[in-house]
Amino acid sequence: MLSRTASNLYWMARYVERAENTARMLDVTYRMSLVPKDPRLADQEWFAPLNITGTLYPFGGRYSQVNATGVMRYMVLDPDNPSSIYSCARAARENARAVRGSITSEMWEVINGTWLEVQRLSEERMASDRVVDFFEWVKERSHLFRGVTVGTMLRDEAFHFNRLGTFMERSDNTARILDVKYHVLLPSVDDVGGAVDYYQWAAVLRSVSSFESYRKVYRDVIAPLKVAELLILRADMPRSLHACMNEVYDILQHICGPGEQEALRIAGEMHAALHYGRMDILFAYGLHEYLTEFLQRVHELGGEINRAFFAVDTRRLAA
Amino acid sequence: MPNAMTYAANFNEMYTSDGTVRKHYTGVAEWIAATSPDRIRQMREAANMLFHRVGITFAVYGEEAGAERLIPFDMLPHIIPGEEWRKLERGLRQRVQALNAFLKDVYHGQEILRSGRIPADRVLQNKLYRPEMVDVEVPGGVYAHIAGIDLVRAGAGEYYVLEDNLRTPSGVSYMLENRKMMMRLVPELFSQQSVAPVEHYPDLLLDTLRSVAQPQVENPTVVLLTPGQFNSAYFEHAFLAQQMGIELVEGADLFVDDDDTVYMRTTHGPQRVDVVYRRIDDDFLDPEVFRSDSVLGVKGLVRAFRAGRVTLCNAVGTGIADDKSIYPFVPEMIRFYLGEEPLLNNVPTYQLRNREDLEYTLAHLPELVVKEVHGSGGYGMLIGPTSTERERDAYRLRILDSPENFIAQPTLSLSTCPIFVEQGVAPRHIDLRPFVLSGKEIVMCPGGLTRVALREGSLVVNSSQGGGTKDTWVLE
Repeated sequence: MLSRTASNLYWMARYVERAENTARMLDVTYRMSLVPKDPRLADQEWFAPLNITGTLYPFGGRYSQVNATGVMRYMVLDPDNPSSIYSCARAARENARAVRGSITSEMWEVINGTWLEVQRLSEERMASDRVVDFFEWVKERSHLFRGVTVGTMLRDEAFHFNRLGTFMERSDNTARILDVKYHVLLPSVDDVGGAVDYYQWAAVLRSVSSFESYRKVYRDVIAPLKVAELLILRADMPRSLHACMNEVYDILQHICGPGEQEALRIAGEMHAALHYGRMDILFAYGLHEYLTEFLQRVHELGGEINRAFFAVDTRRLAA
Repeated sequence: MPNAMTYAANFNEMYTSDGTVRKHYTGVAEWIAATSPDRIRQMREAANMLFHRVGITFAVYGEEAGAERLIPFDMLPHIIPGEEWRKLERGLRQRVQALNAFLKDVYHGQEILRSGRIPADRVLQNKLYRPEMVDVEVPGGVYAHIAGIDLVRAGAGEYYVLEDNLRTPSGVSYMLENRKMMMRLVPELFSQQSVAPVEHYPDLLLDTLRSVAQPQVENPTVVLLTPGQFNSAYFEHAFLAQQMGIELVEGADLFVDDDDTVYMRTTHGPQRVDVVYRRIDDDFLDPEVFRSDSVLGVKGLVRAFRAGRVTLCNAVGTGIADDKSIYPFVPEMIRFYLGEEPLLNNVPTYQLRNREDLEYTLAHLPELVVKEVHGSGGYGMLIGPTSTERERDAYRLRILDSPENFIAQPTLSLSTCPIFVEQGVAPRHIDLRPFVLSGKEIVMCPGGLTRVALREGSLVVNSSQGGGTKDTWVLE
């Protein structure tokens, strides 16, 4: 298929997934902000979404203060922030429009409908009593998109690139959400293992729809090591890094030809590390350090996918 | 309901001059009578909602970048009796055949020019004449594979060709979507009478495109080349590519290698392309030959085309045959190349490069329609009867500045067809664009795209100027 089409499909799916995960991340931050705490530390968790997405600096250039209103506005409505939910919906729609011939009309209608709705968003919808509903809506649209994709799309290369985008983005985003805890400081060292700590880990789980799964798998109280294990190493947990890399590796096995082996190799290496990884070793290394390195590897893999499929060397003839 | 005055003024497609319903409209008239206005309003709203959701929109130049609008859709079909269509079809085949013969001739022996039937300088000095095309062989000698011929009805109901569109005619997606919508909204009308189907147009088009690949190519790869998603007809490009199951490519997706062969960039390396259905104007097609600042085209495409390594549909240089300064000579072409009398009428045309015609036109501006010879899309026209004195004065200066750039035609009393309006139904002017496909043979779908001027009394049906569309039925 056309390189540009493949690239549009891949990015369309990435932007849908990104919008969903931004909603999840803001949701968890919002939940954490509701935990009672020292008034001097009010608003401090709103640094987390900015740190995680690496947007503290551009945010500072446009807003004077880091607080709920500003961060929400920046990450949901701001058309000048390329990763705001608004911008993601627009970018997903632009990519979809460029490949209308390669997606089903149901997929197009979901993406187009979402964009029409997002354009009507207002500050009012972001009011505290409605904001949780809004995040739910974003998640639902993303669920709908994936459902329609799986339910209607021919299992050809177009499908594979679309799914590749979904799981590349999700692996990146899950790693970032898990890292929220590193950025949200506990009020004091004494609080480690206390009620606030517990509540924050629970919020992380909820943000990736894994709270019930955690209970099912571990039948135990919320413990950081287990939360991390669930979201990193468990292959049966659909948003875990392991599950995402399972998908990515599997898809690349389908689409990589002789000239695209490097992408497959990187994915295989990442997949193996998760498949044979051990939580105690990983924790000893440092969760934040591990996640930072993982994000770096995902970024590398993304670059290799781009080189192999989207920016094709014209001297290499198709088989 | 329309009053007697409006029946008298123009030929009405649905009613005779005494107000009775024409025979081929009885089914629809009965349906209108039996359907409550509320139900009809609901259907119109449903149609709009569906068109919007599906994204059948077009971009409007001059508005905010990327602005998209719906083309208004009217539910009352334009109906043509089968017998009448067969006559039209013969006339259309004849006309397109002659136009293709003319194109082949002006880029080869130029016999029609040597015979003096068309002044040679009118062709050779025309900026739409492409010297790059001289002596280039195209498969089957076909240049305009896709032609949209605009027809109107005037006076007592006779048809006229208003203009030929031989470059990148658009609108066929609306013909297909309008039919789909009508079958969804009023299936009962289709079960009661036999409306000739049009849904096979994409198959006809793909067959036509494949039939004009270079003869040595066994299983030709066809692509549709679009200027991209900000083009006004992008929806149609995407739609047709999808319906035909071919790749929708942009200029940057293609490249021409040292072997003068066109390739597209795929996820597994370059893949050869044999036929390009291009929806980009000549000017932007190839920066190597035409506008060097074009980022929409493909460098070397014309080189590959001239080398016979790829077929372009339509060929380069077809604009010379649909230019409004050449239009008056089409009947002569039919006589010259086919030895037949034209079956379709031309509208009498004043050529303002002629002194007499210029004087007449300037003296009769309020009665005439004046058009730029190279213009299209309804931009830059003067419609005498509805113009103001100031508009005419301004236009007069433009004409005097370069008379050879203008033609004038009498204002035809265009036929009307009823449309649904808030108060019921009312007559509005229409035209019809059938699409004629020329490959190994000439084929077409019965009917075409009916465009309708939505404002009362308006004669402008172009979508870029606020026109709407209707489904077109040829009744068997």
